[in-house]
Amino acid sequence: MDAGLSLQATDFALFGLPERFEIDLSALDAKWKQLQGAAHPDRFATETAAAQRVAMQWAVRINEAYRRLKNPLARAAYLCSLHGVDLEAESNTAMPPAFLMQQMEWRDALSEAGTLDGVEALSDEVMASRNATLKSLQTQIDGTASVDWRQVAGTVRGLMFVDKFMSDIDRRVDALS
Amino acid sequence: MALLQISEPGQAPDPHQRRIAVGIDLGTTHSLVAAVRHGLPECLPDEEGRVILPSAVRYTEGGGRQIGHAALEAQAEDAENTVVSAKRFMGRMLADVAGHQRLPYRFVDQPGMVGVATRDGVKTAVEVSAEILATLRFRAEDTFDDDVYGAVITVPAYFDDAQRQATKDAAQLAGLNVLRLINEPTAAAIAYGLDQGVEGLYAVYDLGGGTFDISLLRLARGVFEVVATGGDSALGGDDYDQRLASALLQRAGLGTLEALSPRERRNVQTAARRAKEALSAATSTTVSFEIDGRAHVLEATRAEFEAATAELTATTLRLLKRVLRDAKVATGEVQGVVMVGGSTRMPVVREAMAALFGRPPLVNLNPDEVVALGAALQANALAGNAASGDLLLLDVTPLSLGLETMGGLVERIIERNSTIPTAKAQDFTTFKDGQTAMAVHVVQGERELVSECRSLARFELRGIPPMVAGAARIRVTFQVDADGLLSVAAKELTSGVEAAIVVKPSYGLSDEQVAGMLKEGFASAEADMAARSLREAQVDAERMVLATESALAADGDLLEAGGRTAIEGLVARVRAAARDAGEPRAIEAAVEALAEGTEAFAAARMNRGIRDALAGKNVNEI
Repeated sequence: MDAGLSLQATDFALFGLPERFEIDLSALDAKWKQLQGAAHPDRFATETAAAQRVAMQWAVRINEAYRRLKNPLARAAYLCSLHGVDLEAESNTAMPPAFLMQQMEWRDALSEAGTLDGVEALSDEVMASRNATLKSLQTQIDGTASVDWRQVAGTVRGLMFVDKFMSDIDRRVDALS
Repeated sequence: MALLQISEPGQAPDPHQRRIAVGIDLGTTHSLVAAVRHGLPECLPDEEGRVILPSAVRYTEGGGRQIGHAALEAQAEDAENTVVSAKRFMGRMLADVAGHQRLPYRFVDQPGMVGVATRDGVKTAVEVSAEILATLRFRAEDTFDDDVYGAVITVPAYFDDAQRQATKDAAQLAGLNVLRLINEPTAAAIAYGLDQGVEGLYAVYDLGGGTFDISLLRLARGVFEVVATGGDSALGGDDYDQRLASALLQRAGLGTLEALSPRERRNVQTAARRAKEALSAATSTTVSFEIDGRAHVLEATRAEFEAATAELTATTLRLLKRVLRDAKVATGEVQGVVMVGGSTRMPVVREAMAALFGRPPLVNLNPDEVVALGAALQANALAGNAASGDLLLLDVTPLSLGLETMGGLVERIIERNSTIPTAKAQDFTTFKDGQTAMAVHVVQGERELVSECRSLARFELRGIPPMVAGAARIRVTFQVDADGLLSVAAKELTSGVEAAIVVKPSYGLSDEQVAGMLKEGFASAEADMAARSLREAQVDAERMVLATESALAADGDLLEAGGRTAIEGLVARVRAAARDAGEPRAIEAAVEALAEGTEAFAAARMNRGIRDALAGKNVNEI
């Protein structure tokens, strides 16, 4: 029997994509649909129980990989883990002072913003900063042959704080609109 | 009922023979069955030409039943034995059913699911729904003069796990092979998507009698992807009736709706509903009702109706915008808005959609039938009847799933709007030294507090070896299958001791309960239970033999000669058992052996499929 790809293949190998931070999102989407077109349990609704079990396993694995590759933070964290660096998201909360200062300023701005316009202006500012950090993440990972994965992990941890803050902003937008 | 078909001994029916697959919209007020005939989906009528079956079951003297129109006609004289809108009790406890005090039933608040005491005993929504499903199944079998191979049944997108499980149990009880449960808005989008054949983003605005659902879907390269869902399970056309009724009473100086007797209230609300329906076509109408024996006749205008209900329409718009925001989509990106549910006949709703999206909504399919039509298309595709290259549906979980952690807080494991099937594992640890058991409480919902989410299941993981607090590694795995049904397993990792349990939600029926109900002499069951289960085992065996043979024909080259011979041996044994064994268990055992014996072959076939998909080949060209 042909070995082919296994459920243990990396997300990148499963989607036939190069192992790097910047990926072609439309290619990712297209591959996801192609792979689900081959593996989804709906394709095996008339088949044996064995075929349905295998389809379920693959469809779950494909969705897991897709979700991880699609989200830039999850993708960066996954690249770290492939290079043996754990993010330690729960235990390691040490952040540079400048980063913490900015977080505090943003939190103050959110609690003081009383109008939808005010919250949306803050949202724009945070998004701009997030995009700039993502850009630097891309340089850190794709721009050099010898990546400092610990530094990458630190950047990702910072971005996780920012994303958490963004969901607080979204909640405020919901409450105000 | 259709006669059973018997093929000549030793000769399997043509594997490419068309399978009868139906789509069923199991609705709160009415239900429909549809199937693809001559390439197009259509709703199947009863002998009197009516496609709509009222979702009503009356339990009559002497253990009989009236289902549909007949039950509805007898409702007034025999309300407590006539169960209508059973869908509202599906997978629910009494406390979950809003306004149950106003219903004419003798409720029995039993563990698992609320029941209604009828003259034929206590009936749950599962049993009532099974009667309706069986009626629709017989309608389809009479239409095609053939057995129904399988069904796609639609459920509201907001249905939680318990409600989905209950729906599946009802189908099983009605003798239906459930090919898939799909969400109602998704079904509607399928009906329109294929009809129009246009790629892009679609919003589905589904305003029914008592619920509002909004879904955003993307159709691209033959794949239907549900991007986000939202809604309100307690907002619908009934609220529009109430607002109009209240406004009319107020204008006439007749007090509030709440101050009326239940009978008068129903009377006024019915009159308001008729006026609402009339105002969809005309700009004014007359409303007449009786209070305290005095007849009142009032004039109602469309403008008055729209003013009285403006808040409701605005709420639907707010929920719709929230879904768009969730999905990070601007209104201009939405290619079309599909209208589902009778309440979308109201001009004010259609105008609101046109104003928001800058284009008129899609209304050319009957909003009462569109869900069943979409389900029929999907059933046809799942049964393998559709032409190659047809659509694939990638749906999402409507609600987040999580666990209770310390302090009554929810730890979310699977986020809402995750594409299904999906699975996720998370590790937990013990809180106390020497702790040997851990309580796992599974909840569903978006809130932070367990008390504000829906409790799905509780179970205990026992036999954890005593360790210091924080040393144990308990991995809890959540899995949601393609029907949106959840299973949860927990396992202790560090000690090598395996203690795993898989739960079925506490609202779902156990297989034993379903078997018990079947034995209790069900109207839809054949008179002879033994004959029925034997027949079902034979049909299942035949299905597996055909599936295995077509797999061998397509991918037999993946097997060594010995492997092929082994599988062929297992197939022969299933055939022999189906032909000779007089009882179902021997057949099921042979089918199970075939399933086990083809596991490696199935994996190898999947590998080939995945490799071809990666190489960019269309799976249907292989």
